[in-house]
Amino acid sequence: MPKDNGIGASPKRREDVRFLMGRGNYTDDLNMVGQAYAVFVRSNIAHGAINSVRTDTAQAMPGVLAVYTGEDFAEVGGNPAGWYIESRDGTPMKEPKRPVLAHGKVRHLGDAYAAVIAETYQQAKDAAEAIEADIQELPAIMDMGAAIAGGPLVHDEIETNVCFDWGWIEDNRAATDEAIRNAPHVTTLELVNNRLVPNAMEPRASIGDYDPGTGDYRLHTTSQNPHLTRLLISAFVLGIPEHKLTVIAPDVGGGFGSKIYHYGEEALVLTAARKLGRPVRWTAERSESFLTDAHGRDHVTRIELATEADGTFIAIRTETMANVGAYLSNFSTATPTFLHGTLMAGNYTVPNVYVNVKAVFTNTAPVDAYRGAGRPEATYSIERVIDKAARELGIDPVEIRRKNFVKPEQFPFTSAAGLQYDIGDYDALMDKMSEVADLDGFEARRSESAAQGKLRGLGLNSYIEACGIAPSNLVGQLGSRVGLYDAATVRVNATGNLSVMVGAHSHGQGHETAFAQVVADMLGIAEDQIDIVHGDSSKIPFGMGTYGSRSIAVCGSAMVRATEKVIAKAKKIAAHMMEAAEGDVEFANGAFSIAGTDKSVAWGEVALKAYIPHNFPLEDIEPGLEETAFYDPANFTYPAGAYACEVEVDPETGKVELLSFVAADDFGNVINPMIVEGQVHGGLAQGIGQALIENCAYDANGQLLSGSYMDYAMPRADDVPMFQVDHSSQTPCTHNPLGVKGCGEAGAIGSPPAVVNAVIDALQSGGHNVSHIDMPLTPGRVWSAIHSAN
Amino acid sequence: MTNISMTVNGTAVEGAVEGRTLLSAFLREDLKLTGTHIGCDTSQCGACVVHMDGVAVKACTVLAADAAGAEVVTIEGMANADGSLGIVQQAFQDEHGLQCGFCTPGMVMSAEALLKENPSPTETEIRAYLEGNICRCTGYHNIVKAIQTAAARMQPVAAE
Repeated sequence: MPKDNGIGASPKRREDVRFLMGRGNYTDDLNMVGQAYAVFVRSNIAHGAINSVRTDTAQAMPGVLAVYTGEDFAEVGGNPAGWYIESRDGTPMKEPKRPVLAHGKVRHLGDAYAAVIAETYQQAKDAAEAIEADIQELPAIMDMGAAIAGGPLVHDEIETNVCFDWGWIEDNRAATDEAIRNAPHVTTLELVNNRLVPNAMEPRASIGDYDPGTGDYRLHTTSQNPHLTRLLISAFVLGIPEHKLTVIAPDVGGGFGSKIYHYGEEALVLTAARKLGRPVRWTAERSESFLTDAHGRDHVTRIELATEADGTFIAIRTETMANVGAYLSNFSTATPTFLHGTLMAGNYTVPNVYVNVKAVFTNTAPVDAYRGAGRPEATYSIERVIDKAARELGIDPVEIRRKNFVKPEQFPFTSAAGLQYDIGDYDALMDKMSEVADLDGFEARRSESAAQGKLRGLGLNSYIEACGIAPSNLVGQLGSRVGLYDAATVRVNATGNLSVMVGAHSHGQGHETAFAQVVADMLGIAEDQIDIVHGDSSKIPFGMGTYGSRSIAVCGSAMVRATEKVIAKAKKIAAHMMEAAEGDVEFANGAFSIAGTDKSVAWGEVALKAYIPHNFPLEDIEPGLEETAFYDPANFTYPAGAYACEVEVDPETGKVELLSFVAADDFGNVINPMIVEGQVHGGLAQGIGQALIENCAYDANGQLLSGSYMDYAMPRADDVPMFQVDHSSQTPCTHNPLGVKGCGEAGAIGSPPAVVNAVIDALQSGGHNVSHIDMPLTPGRVWSAIHSAN
Repeated sequence: MTNISMTVNGTAVEGAVEGRTLLSAFLREDLKLTGTHIGCDTSQCGACVVHMDGVAVKACTVLAADAAGAEVVTIEGMANADGSLGIVQQAFQDEHGLQCGFCTPGMVMSAEALLKENPSPTETEIRAYLEGNICRCTGYHNIVKAIQTAAARMQPVAAE
């Protein structure tokens, strides 16, 4: 029987009403008195030396208030990388400065080197076109292999294009090499994890504001983590004292990682607002989003899987080139390393793993964590090579995975890539997936397709991810320059309702509904008595925001701890009111009572008493009822799943039709099943998009070939089927109070290999000896693969 | 600048616009009707869909001056007279057909137009009709369900 409220229920989302009525407050919807408009002037070449930027014509144009160039920001700080990586030879990673506006050189298409502020948007736009820049074009370095070998330098001062050359785990290297050398069977695969453009539907936008009376700055911006943005601007870039800067991320229209990071436009509108004494706003055009939002993926990997003849895994070794683009975005160094290499053992007991990643500067937009962040890349490599190995060894793809799964009794299990998985049941997920996907009926369906002249394929995948990012102690040892705890303040108002201020940020995840369910469940009061406040650094405690499927696992845990503190204090107050011993007070269903008596006080009475403490024993009980908790997780959480996908390939045209997709996930306990399923649906569409149609492509000169929705293939409604998702296999997380693991990225992590495995299976079934095709599997690529194989 | 007047959500409005001013900009900046969103610059994403004289149009592809004299309805005009959610809006909430909410106004306006044209669309017809509306959050699954639910709720009771 589904619950109708509290944890495990699916109440309708409260935030929906304002969005459905057109009453959302996205950054670009806000209007400030006296606002001026910023427009950025961006490089139309990938690499060039800035000789001069002439602004006088633009300065003199109607409505123009100011023009800024890289010179104006030469003295302020760079936008830093948040994670330190050391190369295998012990040398530190290379950290070239990332300026607010390009200075000296432009390093990628769209790199901003000037900005115009004007009374109206159109005036700013017109004046931006009048900026005359003398930029000497330099050869662009676009190919990672060439960049490693030498070639033009993206940053002359670091004398290399290699940011770092990282090994994980270095102590495992010799044993892994040895195991592969001696293995009876080694399967090798070279694959590309294609570059994606995040494309949150709301383009980035920022409004800077400055109060000369108080010296206070305020930034409204499209951020997933207002406190982190504030810290970066204050401590690293502009030096605005942290207590004089408020960062507000109001309603945010999707992020998927791309809005974690601090971008130069934020620093510019704040600076301009102070200099001009009026609010300055900027909203990206979609073309600017394509050019400048941090992109995702872009790995080239060689993976080897060594096995016994019976399919038992002996070792995994990978060599990856990871594109970081022209500058280091804030988490760009963590994404291909500790969010990728540490997952390279997958769900398996494989005893030897060694990962090498070379991060490479190129004349492209920065690349950073995007919707899965390193984990999709790891999963894709592992699950593709397993599929290839199964085929080479003549073992069923389900069986080869089951044979190597970490078994339930082996948890906690330390993988050969160094993570300690706390709990899981991968066979149960495989069982559930097999049942929902009706694997037994596949051959009959394949025959039906064959009768229509189509090749039907079945693709499987098992994934594990590390979420609930992250235990600060552990990540600190691994190079993180930030803590990754979160925080919540639970404020009980005098009339008994609650304002819960959380460090997580909701930009589609439904926190306003789901977080309220948790507190309501704990207090036994109605959900509509609880308001979830997020996104405003002046209201919320210092939390780290939302990414890495961390919100409920980390911030939710902080909220539970704060609520527990509230309950403990409320019990004290109730004991005082009932003249009883605190230890005798029981709290259930929103009422405090003394066991074995008829004494009882309601929640609302206790809340009121907390703020009208006329006869409080003040030495024992402070007035008020408000508590804050910071929660730092003991470990990552480890969601896992088994996915299955069926496709039909038309061998005449190479067109792939996706017929069905089944996702069986273990997210531990689930707060709101409706929201969780929605999160999985979205991730699946992203993964299917990556596998079949999406590709961010630059040409050899660094021009972006896929710079709009006309030529970057976003999945549309008719590109995906109805999904079958199941989250009934639950092994609750062992180390957080809700037993939750996080669900935001699973779909995007688990789906690409399932799709590609299905297409390869289809082609093989038709007698086409194709062992791999790089994503996206467009009709042209599939058709070519068929024809070159034959 | 050209003086224009039109009806927006049943109210007569007027304004002075440049020739190049888009209907989307007129709605958002002059009328402060910010429910109509701008998600792209190539008329692809559909976040700005409104109804003009009963037809779904992308407001970023219509010049404000060309909408002079028209009856325009935006997402702000879709609720019931008592302020409750309209049938399509309610179905989107019931089926969890939105997450971040940014594409939602355009989705609702397109769905309304589809159901006016075709009261009982198949899943395939719904997906085909939404070709001009992009969502990055939902994977479309629950948007399709919401439109199916709205269609069912709009059927005459006799259809029971």
